[in-house]
Amino acid sequence: MAGLTDLSLAAMRAGLKAKQFSARELVTAHVEAVEAARPLNAFLVETPDHALAAADAADGALARGEAGLLAGIPLGIKDLFCTKGVETTASSRILMGFVPTYESTVTAKLFAAGAAMLGKLNLDEFAMGSSNETSAYGPVISPWRAQGSTAKLVPGGSSGGSSAAVAARLCAAATGTDTGGSIRQPAAFTGIAGIKPTYGRCSRWGVIAFASSLDQAGVLARDVTDCALVLEAMAGYDPKDSTSLDVPVPHYAGGLTGSLKGKRIGIPKEYRVDGMDPVLEDLWQKGIDWARDAGAEIVEVSLPHTKEALPTYYVVAPAEASSNLARYDGVRYGLRVAPDGGSLSDMYAATRAAGFGAEVKRRIMIGTYVLSAGYYDAYYLKAQKVRALIAQDFARAFEACDLLLTPTAPTGAFELGAKTADPIAMFLNDVFTVPASLAGLPAMSIPAGLDGQGLPLGLQLIGRPLDEMGVLDAAFALESRAGFSAAPVRWW
Amino acid sequence: MAVDDKMVLRVAGLARLKLAPAEVPHLTGELNSILGWIDQLQAVDTGDVQPMDAVIPLTRAWRADVISDGNIQADVLANAPQAAHGFFAVPKVIE
Repeated sequence: MAGLTDLSLAAMRAGLKAKQFSARELVTAHVEAVEAARPLNAFLVETPDHALAAADAADGALARGEAGLLAGIPLGIKDLFCTKGVETTASSRILMGFVPTYESTVTAKLFAAGAAMLGKLNLDEFAMGSSNETSAYGPVISPWRAQGSTAKLVPGGSSGGSSAAVAARLCAAATGTDTGGSIRQPAAFTGIAGIKPTYGRCSRWGVIAFASSLDQAGVLARDVTDCALVLEAMAGYDPKDSTSLDVPVPHYAGGLTGSLKGKRIGIPKEYRVDGMDPVLEDLWQKGIDWARDAGAEIVEVSLPHTKEALPTYYVVAPAEASSNLARYDGVRYGLRVAPDGGSLSDMYAATRAAGFGAEVKRRIMIGTYVLSAGYYDAYYLKAQKVRALIAQDFARAFEACDLLLTPTAPTGAFELGAKTADPIAMFLNDVFTVPASLAGLPAMSIPAGLDGQGLPLGLQLIGRPLDEMGVLDAAFALESRAGFSAAPVRWW
Repeated sequence: MAVDDKMVLRVAGLARLKLAPAEVPHLTGELNSILGWIDQLQAVDTGDVQPMDAVIPLTRAWRADVISDGNIQADVLANAPQAAHGFFAVPKVIE
């Protein structure tokens, strides 16, 4: 049934409730869309049986009037979430063939709410990247194309499979994870919405670790309401994650008002970087006008350590990654390469050399170096101190305002291969998203307009700790004024 | 603080990464470029700033000191590249 894949998640829920279509029909339409979209390389594993079983269960629950929040809703799951009985690789060769015997807390909560998993989504290897080009299973191709061009574009990263799948209407929403911008930047690149909640809002249990003080699960969906619905289902305290926050989860979708009366929106002056695309600058100004129109007071604020956020991140994240990835040693799971007659140490080194890709190795090397004796104080301790200053900047800004409004990424999507030769050029994609990650703040990207080539650009809202509701509501107010309705034209 | 090939090999040893000889100079160049860029942090005055290792102040949760899981040997070994007699199997460690 064509047309079902074009519905928003909220419209799917309404249609299911009104018996306009069954969950089986809804899920079948999406299973077919997933199969037809293989040229995008968004899914690493397709799980139609899982999806259809959940659909039938949802139809039963709907008939009995017992349907959960996401009953029969087709979702994609980033392949960083462990799923019981379904191969989970983090897009790395080193986890090829790994089939978890347990379910991550986030996916367990989504399935308990009735969601149907269509499959596991491609990502940058271990979520390390900003373009989905570091995946061991090949890059994801964005469903978007620049005007008058057939060149392949990146869908952003690391949640590139998630962003491509949602933008191409393969699933209603997808899970993502965000360490330095991995939900918000791909959402911006593909014209969809994406929220990274406060660090600790969603359980990290069963999510393959990259940088544990930064990693946070979140959602990518077509619009703000859909993000609110999925976030409500996946958030909440989990005793199995010691950094999980034991606070109630609001009914986000029910709290969306679209009014910013009495709210102060801060515009950080340091985000006006040199050489910013005039189209993006103009869009940011439009966002400011939309916020004012919704009743907000606009105030200029300062985040003095913005420039230092990226280098801080590229010490802290690789340091934590080098420690987290030490577990891949060829002993307990995943790949093993044991040279003939070699020792246990030879096996470790050969396994890791064969299993990790170039970007992951580079980050392990940086992380190991900055944590090693003689360099720890100069790099790691220094970065932790600058991180404290960055968090203080935000705390001070939030004395003068309730939310911050910035662009999500400095440019729109670029062509495959355009930035792979220069790691630092790739890092600069995350210049506007990394600071909020370092401070653990909730932040969201919404599609706001198109660049000169007809490609989507996003605006970012950043809130106080645990104020996802404020972030979502402000995004809702801007979304209705932006009136973004562009979608990729199907070519696959 | 420039790194040389010798340092790259030392760090690779610590990280248990076997490097092909051709990879070494390449990684040395990349690491120097990235570490050179990171060096801008040295200019930030962090005099009496306390290093930050957790973004949200947490009160550690308590629970009763009882076994909450276990008896899942088969699950634990299910993904092992090699298992024998209920253990992970590895190349001989003691000669």
